[in-house]
Amino acid sequence: MKGLYENEMKLEFLSKSNNEAFARITVAAFAAQLDPTIEELADIKTAVSEAVTNSIIHGYENMEGKIKIIAKIFANTIEIEISDSGKGIENVEMARKPLYTSKPNLERSGMGFTIMESFMDEVHIESVIGLGTKITMKKVIEKQEEFENDKQLEIIGAE
Amino acid sequence: MESEFLKEDKLLLIKITEEIDHHSTEKIRRMADNEITRYMPRKVLFDFSKVSFMDSAGIGMIIGRYKTANMLGGTVQMTNVKPSIQKIFEMSGVLKIIPLIKSV
Repeated sequence: MKGLYENEMKLEFLSKSNNEAFARITVAAFAAQLDPTIEELADIKTAVSEAVTNSIIHGYENMEGKIKIIAKIFANTIEIEISDSGKGIENVEMARKPLYTSKPNLERSGMGFTIMESFMDEVHIESVIGLGTKITMKKVIEKQEEFENDKQLEIIGAE
Repeated sequence: MESEFLKEDKLLLIKITEEIDHHSTEKIRRMADNEITRYMPRKVLFDFSKVSFMDSAGIGMIIGRYKTANMLGGTVQMTNVKPSIQKIFEMSGVLKIIPLIKSV
């Protein structure tokens, strides 16, 4: 029986900073089946990198914990869920604000959520103090080539 | 990271040769600050030609180096920044103090 999703993957890793690259590259490789443009792929990699970094720095405050990623594909949309069991976000509204950071001493720019929100089509934040944070992001990948092909077929058909 | 100091122009060229994220910025920050404080350049030029990926950690990193250079009387510029990375710098407003220039 066909499920709700056409494809799905799960990834779990320790909250170590050298896993930031591992996480974004893995999600990008999974997203590649939607045939995204280089720009769309860069957007996904950046958004994943932001969320994973937030879990490491803010969720676990550099202590060891586990970060989980579930990515799902349905039609031309990729949904990416990134969760941790860290300390949670005290004020989600504040965290979403551009340039706001709770850790300015670490040279953090406070642009993490702003980047996620502008690079992805949807970003949801669920956070419970003491339990953790879950970020769910969606991005629609436009099917460029097929669109071109359809157009070509139309042109051929019209002849 | 590779760097070169051009004495006659008091120009410090810093070429970043890896992806920029929270993990890599610690090393880049340390090495760049080391070179800036050592040469006290009039201008620091960051070359991004070898940088294929950057997230918001790069914004904090470049502002931090601007602060170091500025304290010692220098300015900071960037060159060869790919469109996907330029987009991130544009969003942060950092280009007002650290401009992009054409490659030299």
